[in-house]
Amino acid sequence: MGSWRRWVLAPALLLVVLAACDAIYEDQVGLWDWHQEYIGKVTHAVFQTASGKKRVIVATEKSVVASLNLRSGEIFWRQVLEESEPIDGLQVALGKYAVSLSRGGSLRSFHLPDGSLIWETSLYTSPSPAQLFLLPSDDLLVLKQGIVYVVSSADGRLLWTADLLDERLAQTSLSFEGKNIYVAGFSGSSIALFRIDASTGAFTTLKTTEPLNPSSFVLSSGVFAALDTQGDIVTGLMEGEVVELQKTSLATLLDSPVSSAQLLPDKIPGGCVLSTDGGSIFVLGLDKKGVEVLQQIQGPAVVSNSIVLDGTFAQSFLQRVNSKEIRVRVLSGKEWIETAEETVEVDPNKGGVQKVFMNAYIKTDRSRGFRVLIVGQDHSLALLQQGKVVWSREEALASVVDTLTAELPLEKAGVSVAEVEHDLYEWLKGHVLRLKSTLMLATAEEQTALQALRLNNADKTKMTRDHNGFRKLIVVLTSSGKLFALHTGNGGIVWSRFIPELSTKGSLKLYPWRIPHKHVDENPVALVLGSSHDGTGFAAWVDMLTGSVQETLALPYSVKLALALPLVDSSERRLHLLIDDQNKAHLYPTSDESLSLFEKYMQNVYFYIADKGAGQIEGYNIKSQIDSGEEGGLVFLSQKIWSVLFPKDSETIAAITTRRADEMVHTQAKVLGNRDVWYKYLNKNMVFVATVTPQDSRVGAANPEETWLVAYLIDSVTGQILHRVSHAHAQGPVHAVFSENWVVYCYFNVRNHRHEMSVLEVYDKSADGKDVLQLMLGRYNASVPFSSFSPRNLEVKGQSYFFPSTVRTMSVTFTARGITGKQILVGTIGNQVIALDKRFLDPRRSADPTPMEREEGVIPLSEGLPVFPQSYLTHAARVEELRGIISVPARLESTCLVFAYGIDLFFTRTAPSRTYDSLTEDFSYALLLITIVVLVVAIAVSMVLSQRKELREKWK
Amino acid sequence: MERGSKARKWAIDFGDGTSSREVADPPGYSRGASSEIEDASAARQKEKVEASWKQQKAWEIAQAPFRNLFMMGFMMWMAGNTVHLFSIGITFSALWQPISALQGIGKVFEPYKDARTDVLMPKLLFIAMNLVALGMGLWKLNSLGLLPTHASDWVSSLPPPQMVEFSGGVLSS
Repeated sequence: MGSWRRWVLAPALLLVVLAACDAIYEDQVGLWDWHQEYIGKVTHAVFQTASGKKRVIVATEKSVVASLNLRSGEIFWRQVLEESEPIDGLQVALGKYAVSLSRGGSLRSFHLPDGSLIWETSLYTSPSPAQLFLLPSDDLLVLKQGIVYVVSSADGRLLWTADLLDERLAQTSLSFEGKNIYVAGFSGSSIALFRIDASTGAFTTLKTTEPLNPSSFVLSSGVFAALDTQGDIVTGLMEGEVVELQKTSLATLLDSPVSSAQLLPDKIPGGCVLSTDGGSIFVLGLDKKGVEVLQQIQGPAVVSNSIVLDGTFAQSFLQRVNSKEIRVRVLSGKEWIETAEETVEVDPNKGGVQKVFMNAYIKTDRSRGFRVLIVGQDHSLALLQQGKVVWSREEALASVVDTLTAELPLEKAGVSVAEVEHDLYEWLKGHVLRLKSTLMLATAEEQTALQALRLNNADKTKMTRDHNGFRKLIVVLTSSGKLFALHTGNGGIVWSRFIPELSTKGSLKLYPWRIPHKHVDENPVALVLGSSHDGTGFAAWVDMLTGSVQETLALPYSVKLALALPLVDSSERRLHLLIDDQNKAHLYPTSDESLSLFEKYMQNVYFYIADKGAGQIEGYNIKSQIDSGEEGGLVFLSQKIWSVLFPKDSETIAAITTRRADEMVHTQAKVLGNRDVWYKYLNKNMVFVATVTPQDSRVGAANPEETWLVAYLIDSVTGQILHRVSHAHAQGPVHAVFSENWVVYCYFNVRNHRHEMSVLEVYDKSADGKDVLQLMLGRYNASVPFSSFSPRNLEVKGQSYFFPSTVRTMSVTFTARGITGKQILVGTIGNQVIALDKRFLDPRRSADPTPMEREEGVIPLSEGLPVFPQSYLTHAARVEELRGIISVPARLESTCLVFAYGIDLFFTRTAPSRTYDSLTEDFSYALLLITIVVLVVAIAVSMVLSQRKELREKWK
Repeated sequence: MERGSKARKWAIDFGDGTSSREVADPPGYSRGASSEIEDASAARQKEKVEASWKQQKAWEIAQAPFRNLFMMGFMMWMAGNTVHLFSIGITFSALWQPISALQGIGKVFEPYKDARTDVLMPKLLFIAMNLVALGMGLWKLNSLGLLPTHASDWVSSLPPPQMVEFSGGVLSS
């Protein structure tokens, strides 16, 4: 029974599949897609310059271990580790292994030349911070909350552990001297000191001659230094059973009165760094005799790691001279190295320096040189050497939080003749090459030249609008508070702007403030909103073509929600409503015109706030304008009009999705194969809410019989639940996309141990049964304005399928007019983007579709959704830690631009229903022209010939 | 079969009456004399026969589309109900034939039209037959789905409705 059906279905499915595939050829990679690799903000760096390739090994906030080329900043290799386990330490052991320590206690060793994993050891499982040190014996030491682990760096074997019997030990510090390891840490408010034998792990708890309650302390080469609350610096040599303490008054030591000071945790062997509230930095030397001031630096400075230099230790100090220049100085022992003092001009758009890593090298003239790697406030990484920036990487792009797209300006008339000639020449050359390639006459060099020509097409990166709408600017906002504009042609950075005020804000969002349609020669403007939990916000208005900040505004409230209203004023600024913590609404722009526009529309504005913790959704409307007090502006009061409460013990909100506000839909009618019509329920205010059974925190506690996912469709104006459906044995996380009249959501089925994808389609059945004659005469007008308060008779169709991959994120394609079919863009756990045709997620699929349905394109039902190798939009590329997929309509209706971001960035195009409205990119116009010319000539020649022949015949 | 394939060396066409007109009649031969020879009754008889013959012919012509109907029906059945070049061609010829026949109805019945023959009834039959053929064409057009008789044909590009209310929201954890 089943087998014959399979034989019937297979060809049908194959047909559908062939129609759905739009994979690219190998030589098309890079033609219109680009992939950029990043690593994130660097937290640890180790230089490796002794032998072979000069490289620097870095670990980042994004849990990436990477090896960078020291000359160019390019990535030699990188390993992306689990993002939820930040990297606590990085060392290079035995000169050939890069060893990283992750938060979960995993110690991993990577081979320096190629980044392959050599060994991996799991020391513990608790997610508490730890430190990684390299012992003089080239073994590794991990210090975690009072437990010391020593691991062999050759094979990752645990050599010994020492449990210092103090679970509470915090802010530990460690140093080595000879055969001993010294550990100090806070145990409560007092300090605990230990000495450990480096070879056996036997430890001694040291006592101090008097109890200590310091504010900060450091350990350095077996000497202990602490600042106590009386403003004294206390030092002690950690020998014997009892540490003898020496007290020195800070005021006498520094020769000036000090109200408060702090010992910085920067490691300096045989010394420490003290910063005072006056902004000065003191480098102190510590030894058996006591403490002395080695050097004093005025003003704030950033201190690098220390390196061994001719038997003494050296550090570099970076100070900002002005907004453009940084002074680099190197301190060796007591003295500044005169030759190493440099003033480097840096991009003022990078903010302050947050971290410095120093390395020394021998110049060609045998003198000593220094290079420093700096991490900027904007997450950028730059190498300074010989007074200039050798290279820099924009690592903020590894943490994109929001994006917008901007149209480029229109092409100006009047192009120079030379340019046209050049273009013409290039054009001709390209076509001749292409023709040769088509006729298989091209040599290997010509083939590569053609490929290069195709990849570096000058048209791709022009700064003007193109006919098909493929050239745009993608404005991305990163968590560092830096904005970038990327050109869709090659991903190049057109401008970048660092807004320091945004870097401290927790949640950042971008809104299209002004998209000019009438005044096309004016630039589009984006509104950047940042708000933090401390109740303040920040708004900046940024020109999307130049990146200049037009206006900034510090908000005295934190923005919970911003609504981009469907209203624009006379200068095409969109009205925005910012909802604060007290649910008061602030209207921007604050002009009389926008006020009068808003007052007319006010009774139609609603908003809802879903609270995950409270398990409820509350709906509000705008009540009245209130006096804004001294802050000024236009402030409105809102009132709660509805609320939906979910039972707390059985449902927690897992996902909320709405339709995109700017989505274009061509028609509300769906015509079936039997020529019936279904009306799509296109309510823009419909919200999809998914709730799941709360997770038991215990491992393995989820009982498959008792987990549920409940999907709701709620009208966010009235709070009415339009539809509710529950799925048994389902578990989060839930990902959902909402487009037109359908929702596709994905979850995990605990009983089947597989991921499932479900679809809900909503149809308006209240217009059914209308006479054809009535429609012909236009009596029935289905396009009257739609109100949520006029109830409709809805029909919801749904179906579920298995999906073979774990989903990270989901999105859907948008096209300019909404005529083209849809693809669901699925970001998988393998960091790739799959384009899944929406037709596979049609609730009308049945095991045996009628001929009418087949004709319409309804695919026979199968339990799983197919994933073909051709449907990977990212082809061979991986977008590490994929977090979001953005789709932007091109002007060409068939095509949609797709931008995926994670640690990496990826951009491509997709045509869900194939490119039915354009010729392919490599269409040979020259061949066509030549064919036409040849044909015309052939016709003319044969005409003459046939006339002659006819004449001869007649004379016979 | 063999005969037909042989080409004729030469042929004389005796049937061509017009050529005799150009040659003068022999002396003493009068063309009008032959009619004079015939008596009146014979002439009347002949007229009567001619009239009935015309009437018969007119009826025959009026019924001619009837035979076509079966042919057309068979062709339509063969063409099937999917839209492709063949079925479209047949359907449009099925529509065009009756229409063109109805347009030329005057010309079709002209040779038989005189005082004695009544062509009204044959004409009516002819029109009825052609209307039946046209109806079949239309029915075929409808079964191909090319007639806008369904609601879907009138609302397929109905734009989505404007929203009266505006709403937006956020999920806070």
